[in-house]
This record gives sequence, C-alpha cells and structure tokens, in this order.
Amino acid sequence: MENQKCKGMRDLLPNDMINFRHIEGAFRNCCLKYGYQEVRTPTLEYLHLFTAIGTLTPNMLGKVYSFLDWNGWSGERVVLRPDGTIPIARLYINNLSEHKIRKLFYVNNIFAFEETGKKGRERWQCGAEFIGSAKLAADVEIILLAREVVRKLGINNIKLQLSHAGLVKALIKELNLSPGEEAKIKSHILDGDWQALMEAKTTISELDKLISPLLSLKGKSSGFLHNTRALYQQASPDFQSSLDDFTNISTLLDSLGCDYEIDITAISGFEYYTGVCFQLLANGDKIGGGGRYDDLIPLMSEKNIPACGFALYIDPMMKLLPMEHKESGEYRILIRGEESTPETMKSCFTLAQALRDAKKTIEIDFAKQESSGYRWVISVSDKKPSTFAIWDSKQNQRTEVASVLEILNILGG
Amino acid sequence: MEYQSNYVKLALPKGRFMLPTANLLQEITLGFKDYNDKTRQYRLRSRRFPHLSAKIFQEKDIPTQVAIGNYDLGICGSDWVEELLVRYPASALVRISSLDYGEGSVYAAASYQAGSPSPIESPAEKSNWHIVSEYPNLAQSLALNLRMKTFKIYPVWGAAEVYPPDSADIAILWAKNEDAVVAQGLVPLSELLPVTAILLANREYFENKDLSQILNCFSPKLTSRPAPYDGWDKEKFLSFNPQAYIPNKLNAQRKTVTSHSQWQTKEIKLALPDGHQQSPTSQFLKRTGLTLKGYTKKELNRRPFTDLDWLGIKVIRPQDMPLQVANGNFDLAITGKDWLLEHLSRFPSSPVKELLDLGFGMVRIVSAVNRNMPATNIDDLRALIQSGKITPLRVASEYINIADKYLRDNYINPCKLIPTWGASEAFLPEDADLLIDNTQTGETLAQHNLKIIDVLFESTACLIGNKDSLDSHNKNEKIEFLVQLLSKGLS
Repeated sequence: MENQKCKGMRDLLPNDMINFRHIEGAFRNCCLKYGYQEVRTPTLEYLHLFTAIGTLTPNMLGKVYSFLDWNGWSGERVVLRPDGTIPIARLYINNLSEHKIRKLFYVNNIFAFEETGKKGRERWQCGAEFIGSAKLAADVEIILLAREVVRKLGINNIKLQLSHAGLVKALIKELNLSPGEEAKIKSHILDGDWQALMEAKTTISELDKLISPLLSLKGKSSGFLHNTRALYQQASPDFQSSLDDFTNISTLLDSLGCDYEIDITAISGFEYYTGVCFQLLANGDKIGGGGRYDDLIPLMSEKNIPACGFALYIDPMMKLLPMEHKESGEYRILIRGEESTPETMKSCFTLAQALRDAKKTIEIDFAKQESSGYRWVISVSDKKPSTFAIWDSKQNQRTEVASVLEILNILGG
Repeated sequence: MEYQSNYVKLALPKGRFMLPTANLLQEITLGFKDYNDKTRQYRLRSRRFPHLSAKIFQEKDIPTQVAIGNYDLGICGSDWVEELLVRYPASALVRISSLDYGEGSVYAAASYQAGSPSPIESPAEKSNWHIVSEYPNLAQSLALNLRMKTFKIYPVWGAAEVYPPDSADIAILWAKNEDAVVAQGLVPLSELLPVTAILLANREYFENKDLSQILNCFSPKLTSRPAPYDGWDKEKFLSFNPQAYIPNKLNAQRKTVTSHSQWQTKEIKLALPDGHQQSPTSQFLKRTGLTLKGYTKKELNRRPFTDLDWLGIKVIRPQDMPLQVANGNFDLAITGKDWLLEHLSRFPSSPVKELLDLGFGMVRIVSAVNRNMPATNIDDLRALIQSGKITPLRVASEYINIADKYLRDNYINPCKLIPTWGASEAFLPEDADLLIDNTQTGETLAQHNLKIIDVLFESTACLIGNKDSLDSHNKNEKIEFLVQLLSKGLS
C-alpha cells in the first residue's frame, strides 16, 4: 500500500510555506497595527456548539467531520472545527467577556467535507473579529483592514462587493411565508442558491416588483442606494432601517475613497450575519468575506453583544501572490567540509555557529552536494595551510582566509 | 478486481426480502438453487449463466459490499441504501431502480406521556434530544434537518422501540405500518422513508463493465415508480408536522402510559438480553429465585415484570448494553464479556465494569482464515503480509474495536477492517482474508472451510454495572443485594 495522503488534504511544500508565511505575516502585521490581539482555538469542538445556535445550515452541518471522542459513550459527538468565527465567539464568552470590546484575530484551519475531493477539505484562513461594537465605524474598520491586508500582499484586480444580510432577511419577511418555508428559502440562499428566492417571488406578483430590482441591484456608490431607497417607500420598517444602515456605511466608504460594488447576492455562508456583509474577489476568485453578526453571541450566551468580522482564505491567495515573494538563492551560504574527519566537522560546526550568531543563514554539507544554488560556498579543511576558502559565485572569485572575522568582512552586512 | 471482466457477482439479502427476491429472480429466469430460508449455503451459482454467482448477506451489509466493489450488483431495502448514502454521499453506488416489492417504512416515533408536552412540539426549541436507532446516519440527518439544538444519537443493534420515553425521546425504526409502531407502544411521528427493494450497482462497474445481459433480465420488473436517485424526499423531514399524528393515536397509547411512568420510579434499572442469550439467561435467573414474568421463549415482554418493586427491567440487545450502562440509561445489565471488552476497547475510560461472572454461555473469540491459507498462526499471517502476498489484509468482524486492537497488538499492517452485522464467516475467502468472531464448538467455522489460528479470549455471560451507580449510596445497597441474589444461580 502506498503512503497516500487522505483525499482532499494538501501537503504544503517549502515554496508553499514561504507563501503561506508571507500571507500570515502580512495579515498579523496589519492586525497588530490596528490593535487586534491574536488567539487560537482548538481543532476539536463539540458538535453541539455548531448545532445549538441554529446558524449553520443543515447542508453545512451534514459536511462536518464528526466522530465520537474517547469518552463518546454518552453519544456526544465532536467535530474538526468547521467554521472560524463560532469558536472565536465561544472563546470570547468563556474567557474574555468581562471586556466589552475585544478585537481578536486568528490563523486557523477549518475542515469541511467536499464530495469530489478535488477541492480542499482542509482550508486555512486568517480572520479578525471586532467584538462589542454596533457602530458602523466597526463595519468600516474591518472592511478597511481586510482590504489593507490584500493590498499589502500586492494582489491585483481586487473587487470588494457589499451586501446587507438585514436587507435580505427583511426582504424574505415581505414574502409572508410559513416559518418552515422561510427557513427553507434561507437555507437555499445561504448555500448560495438565489434561484429559490426568484422562484418564491413569482408566485406573488406584487413582490416581483420588489425583488427583481433588488436582486439585480448592482451599483458603485451610496447615491445608488439613496435612489434605490426612493423606490421602496412601501417596504417594512426593518427593510427601511437596513437600507439606511447600508447607505450610511457606503457613504463613509465613499468618503474614504474605498471602491466597492453593491451586489445584494454577494452573501454566501452563514446565517449569523445580520448587517453589512462583504466579499473580496481577485480575478473573480473569492478570497475573503465577512460582515456583521450581532445575534451570534446573544444566541450562545444571552449576553447582548454585537460583533463583526471577516476571514481571508489563504489557499486561493497563495496562488495570487506576485512572483517576487518566491525564495531566491542569492544570499544562501554553504559550509562544506573537505574531509569527514572529526576535526573538520568540529571546525565546520564552530564556524557555522559563529556565522549564525552574526545573523547569517548557514547550511553545512559533508556529502559534496550540488552547490549551484548558493551565493557563497565556504570550504573547510584541516589539512590545508589556510583553514577556509570562500567561493563567491556571483563574482566568480575564490579567496583564502584564516579567521571568522575575515569571512564576515567578505560576506558583508 | 481479480475476477474476469465478464464475471458478474450479485449480493442477495437474507431476512425480510429473501422470499420476494427469490420469487423475482425465478420469474426473470435468474434463479439460484438454494436461495431460500432453509439454505445453509451462502454461495450460490446461477442455474442459467455460468459467469453469474451470488452470495447471501445481511441486508445491512449489502450497500457497503457493492460500494467497495466486492459485488457488481445487489438487492436490498432502500433504508440501508439511504443509511449509507446520507452519511457518505460519495459512495460508489448507483441506485438502478426500485423493484416492485417492498415492505414497511422507516418511522420516527416517540412515546406519549400523559401530562407532559409532546417531545416533538418544537424541535428547534428543546435542547438535549436523545435519539435511538439502528439507522444512526438517518437519525443524525433528521436531527440536523429539524435543527435540533443539541442532540445525542444512540446507535443500537436492535430493539430501538423499547428505549422511549425513559432512555430516548425518539426512536427511528422500521415497521410494517403505523399500526405496528403503535403495537410496540409508540406514537409514529412521521414516516421518513417508505422501504422498497432496490437494485444497486457499483458505480465503477456500471460505467466500465458489460452488465447488460443480467440487467436485461431485470428490465421488465423495474417499476414505473421513479428511481430514488436523489434519495428519499428530504423536504419531508423539514416539514414534518407530528402534531397531526398525536391526537389520533392517544387511545392506543393509554395502556402503555402507566408502565412508562412506573419506570421512572424504579431505583435500579436492569437490562436483560434478547436473542440467543435469552434462554440461558432465563434459566440462570430461575435458579436464583428471582420471579420474572414475560421473559420466556413463548412470551417476550420488552419490559418484563418482577416482584421487586424497586427493580425496573427492559430487554435489549446484549451488544448495546455496555454503552447503555455507560450513559446511565441502565445501572446493571447481563451481557457477554465479549461485548463489554468491545465497548472498553473503544472507550477505555468508560464507567462500566464487570461485577459478576455468571459462568454460562461460554464462547471463544477466535481469529480464523480459510483452510487453504498457508498460515497456522498470527505470525505466519504477518509474514505473508510482509512478503507482499496479501496486501492489505481484509478483516471481517462484528467486533470492530476488539479486532482493531488485536491487529494493532500483533503488528498486522496494512489491513482493512470490514464491519459486519452477523454471518461474518460467509465473507471468507472472497470478501475478507481474516475473520474475528465468536464460536462455541468451531463447527460452523469448519463447515465454512475455515481454520482457527488464534484464540483471543474466552467469553461468558456477566453482570456489568455503572461505577457511578455503585458509588451512589442509595443504589449501592440494592445492587449489592442483586449481586448476592445472582450469586445463588452460579453452579
């Protein structure tokens, strides 16, 4: 039997990890500069954490990796974390809720079964959550933070799409469906199937007028929303106030020079969103998304704490990074022992340590390996009169030296 | 696969669908000699096609056997197909068509208790649901679709009907009709899935192999009913309104209401085994002097009566007992050491322990291989695997956790464990290489051309108990009394 990896799982090779760490590093730097603090939640959580709040759709819950823990005789199941935000909310409630405002960020993997095994079943994401503020400034801050991370990474052709979950929910309410029907339509929409709403509306002709323009609602400024509002004078107060909220946030984004596109269908994922939602796309690929989820913490803890947040998807972003982040061999340094004697080996290790203390990255070779990827190769011999010889592959030049200090002079820096 | 490309293998059901399936095959000229309920054969040859053979399985094993490619085609009930596909939608199964026979439905059922609201009143509001079922995957799907906030699923080998209301809120079970559910003392809440026989194919073989000659024979019998390609009607789960059922069933329930409410008042709850273990257990209990009504071969009451007014008794499967004692549904149970060990191998910190060896029902748990396998012990077998002659080793067992540990302890690697639901000896040699099973005399194994290469342990009936119950001052005294009483039965 071959040592195959599990279906849908991915190995991250050295070059992948350079990109991974680069994204993680840029994300961490941005978050720290905005005053967010890093946390990490465990890989295993109870299944009921995700079922109890009723926020993930049955379709999503049907795709979790769940199993019985070692004490699973009670029938209690555990899952590999299927979502980033809900565990953070739990962590906040369990440990940090004495502080009303907490700004947290994380880099975590999430797990979801994907039938073909062609897409990843383990997905890495970096996310930030602004807990405790209902102010629209918080919505704007997380949008700006997400956008800044992507910009710092040099990813081009970014599109920011805005929608509003409160608006969508108010719209569904207008349909006057039975609770069961309503839950079904919501599930369809959350699973990304807007067709269900189109189908529902066709049965009631007055609603056609309301829904069709809203579903095709695509604009690039708050003025667009302002004018849209004039069309919906008859709509419910919930609908009106969501539209106001949406307009205010987009007005603020306008004034900050942040480009966006309004697209009411740009919500996928989680029922826990209540306010403005956004998606980030690069060359048409979705690389992140987030929004306001004021009901989540109240559902979990009876504490009335609003929150908003986002996650960026590391896997698709790794493919979009500009080339200059790939590792170059320009500054690589190799120490090569000419003999395999204990004396030579000792000299090699001593030299390497001295150079590492001087902040150089050093590899040691006793196997006469290929040295073409290295800028400098330092030969070490106890049998030759001068202990060290440095080969500079860029200058095509060989220099014999006797001390570590001389080597450092040549290496520079 | 090893066999020739034109060779077709069919998996056929035992049990409820054996007779109608045999009739169908006869009618479409695909008859097999010895496919009837008296047969002792598991392997069948086609009367008509030399390249067609069949094997008889427990229905529950058939979808898996077809999905993993051991069989090209299979016939079994839609309930077992959906039980697999609802959890593993990527299984390599094609539901070719419903056949024109079927029986019963899978129901969600609860018990009606006077004075308390229906457990189904609002699934999304009540917390901590307990669902018991032979169909744990369907049960989980139901719980998710009804958006139950928190729930626990108790998978059982059988007798799901005896758990509600005291040990579970809902049972998901198969029954011939609603009246049959009511007759078991339950209220049917919803029909989840009508059960028809289904003709199944392995997806890969269906795409790449010529099965047309055999399928041709089936074609006149494929029903006009739409093939259940998309599974059962999931929407039905979402919209089920149990309120409509309940008032009609109330009268039928009156008689069971009293016995249920009595169960709550019992201080000690004991589980007794059904099936093969029932008769020796019944005889043993007779020797102890414990009066018991409704636990005889002639009359099996799932809730037998005893004159110890603090003792409540239910009859369930011995396989399910350790888990049910661990989770506190029962304080005590009479089961086999094999099932206790199976449970403890999976849950080492479980609060279940053996209190008394009852001595009867001795079996040996053995590992066995086909007589022609060049191995006389487990070391030989390991050497065969290491030499690459068998790789991976396919192991069939009802005791998956005992088997798993045994394989680990003996450095058997690589191997694949195939869980079975009885009649495991039929798996060798075609569908498994090693069997881990219980045997009394070894005769059945010998009949199937198998030889024992190792004895894992000997198992007898034993009394098991929950450690927390033993620690409870109130319960401890009564448990001690029962242990003393049962000791009288030891010969």
